[in-house]
Amino acid sequence: MAVVVRPAAAPPLIPGAIASFLRARRLVQRNAMVYRHTWIVIVSGFFEPLFYLLGIGYGLGTIVGTLPLPDGRIITYAAFVAPALLAQSTMNGAISETIFNVFFKLNFEKTYDAILATPLGITDIALGELMWALIRATIYAAAFVAVMLAMGLLISPWAILALPASLLASIAFCSAGLEVTTYLRTVQDFDLPFGLVIMPMFLFSGTFFPISVYPPIIQIVVQFTPLYHAIAMLRGLTIGLVDWTMLVHVGYLVVFAAIGMFVARRRLATKLVK
Amino acid sequence: MLDGRPALGRMIPALTAGTISAPMTTTPDVLIRARALTKQFGALTAVDGVDFDVHVGEAFGFLGPNGAGKTSTMRMIACSSPMSSGELSVVGMNPTKQGAQIKARLGVVPQIDNLDAELTVLENLLMYARYFDIPGESARARAAELLDFVQLTDRANDQVEPLSGGMKRRLTIARALINEPELILLDEPTTGLDPQARHLVWDRLYRLKSRGVTLVITTHYMDEAEQLCDRLVVMDHAKIVAEGSPRELIERYSTREVLELRLTDATRASLNGRLDSVAERVEDLPDRILLYAADGEQALEKIHAQQIPIESALVRRSTLEDVFLRLTGRTLIE
Repeated sequence: MAVVVRPAAAPPLIPGAIASFLRARRLVQRNAMVYRHTWIVIVSGFFEPLFYLLGIGYGLGTIVGTLPLPDGRIITYAAFVAPALLAQSTMNGAISETIFNVFFKLNFEKTYDAILATPLGITDIALGELMWALIRATIYAAAFVAVMLAMGLLISPWAILALPASLLASIAFCSAGLEVTTYLRTVQDFDLPFGLVIMPMFLFSGTFFPISVYPPIIQIVVQFTPLYHAIAMLRGLTIGLVDWTMLVHVGYLVVFAAIGMFVARRRLATKLVK
Repeated sequence: MLDGRPALGRMIPALTAGTISAPMTTTPDVLIRARALTKQFGALTAVDGVDFDVHVGEAFGFLGPNGAGKTSTMRMIACSSPMSSGELSVVGMNPTKQGAQIKARLGVVPQIDNLDAELTVLENLLMYARYFDIPGESARARAAELLDFVQLTDRANDQVEPLSGGMKRRLTIARALINEPELILLDEPTTGLDPQARHLVWDRLYRLKSRGVTLVITTHYMDEAEQLCDRLVVMDHAKIVAEGSPRELIERYSTREVLELRLTDATRASLNGRLDSVAERVEDLPDRILLYAADGEQALEKIHAQQIPIESALVRRSTLEDVFLRLTGRTLIE
């Protein structure tokens, strides 16, 4: 019988991180292939923050009127709310992907089990889903920044950094989303993060009014949430109130994202590799 | 069909490209080598120190009742489950360190279909090709060939969910072939399929085998093992209890023929071991008595001579099922 065993593949010449990135992009391609059928789902996600901007920012804004800034400038209520809604739109994109879609792929459709039979590994899958969620979140952020620009809500030159900053916020939300998803066991479990974390975070993280209205203890609690830091960072940029606290927000989001990614990868490994 | 076309050569390049010696620590024609391979889940030992070799080009079976450790063994070979201890070499590489490289050369058909429900039939193949870094052009050609091979060409643009169980299974098999693997792992490939669907799957697996692809199959269907496997191991309670070709196992653990008798309860009660001298081995089942003998007709004549009233009698050739039930017992293990 002829020897029909192929020689072992040559050892990878590209460094591990790049090789993993190259493999991870397959997940991005897979998700893009899926959305070729359902692109309208992605489009619809853009409208929620837009409706909030129109309804609250302009509608409610007519009653609220204008707001004085510490430096003496006066801004419209819409300009105050818009950067918060920008943060929320990136959070929406991140959550739709990393919580809903990953949950179903992980628990019901067994998509990852099939992918793990190919050269892709856990890290590639985690990284790939993160990259895709990031792309979706960034699309929302870019569209919303464009809306803000068109409506004259980017009132400071610092606003040029709004998009990169929302990318950082997206990374934090995507990592956290992936992390949370690995702990969800049933569809009922969704109520916990959405009802008790995401919704209150959206309402109370300085989205519609400054957190200075709260008693000090509540203010401290709010300052632990990622959305608070994302909003404070983006608002600082778009209304032009930039000081050293920006670095605190950036640092918080970087650390938050790193922890999320680390835990998510480990949790995915325990769920998928038995 | 893929048969007879260049696909044959592409499936196993070395067949046409001459001999290529592989850098392996084991003998060149051993594709999988396991020694004292063990898998533990906490306190439960799912696979308990098994040894086996799978050779190039053979169809190798793992036969055993549910929970015997077949799937765990397969998952370790597929690099989707780390082994707890022992040695394992797959296509000459170490699954612990070279998982991605091994997986690049395997085809895996899992027990439960995990097709991508969000993609169409064709997209499932195209996307899987991408995971293996197969360029678009070859991926499309390969996908078209494979859809033809598993008779799903006319369903190419359908969603996966409405497909029948047999179609999904065939698509899963096609998907496992996308990277032209030299080794295909099939975990209970026909469980849950109707007879027509099973035969179609068997036919396709047989064709792959005749092209020189190595097949590793787990099953608890004896006819499947007899049809497809050149060699098999019987697993029970996490251990290998027998190994050989189906023929060898039947010769070793059973007789050439089996006489199946149905008697009334009254007759059975009055037997007092009178059948023992008729056959090499007698097995009392709740509904019938099995007599293992080299010549079933002769055994039946001896029973007639003893004037034991018989409700019905059937002489049949011994099958792997007789071997299997002898080795693993008739009690249900779950």
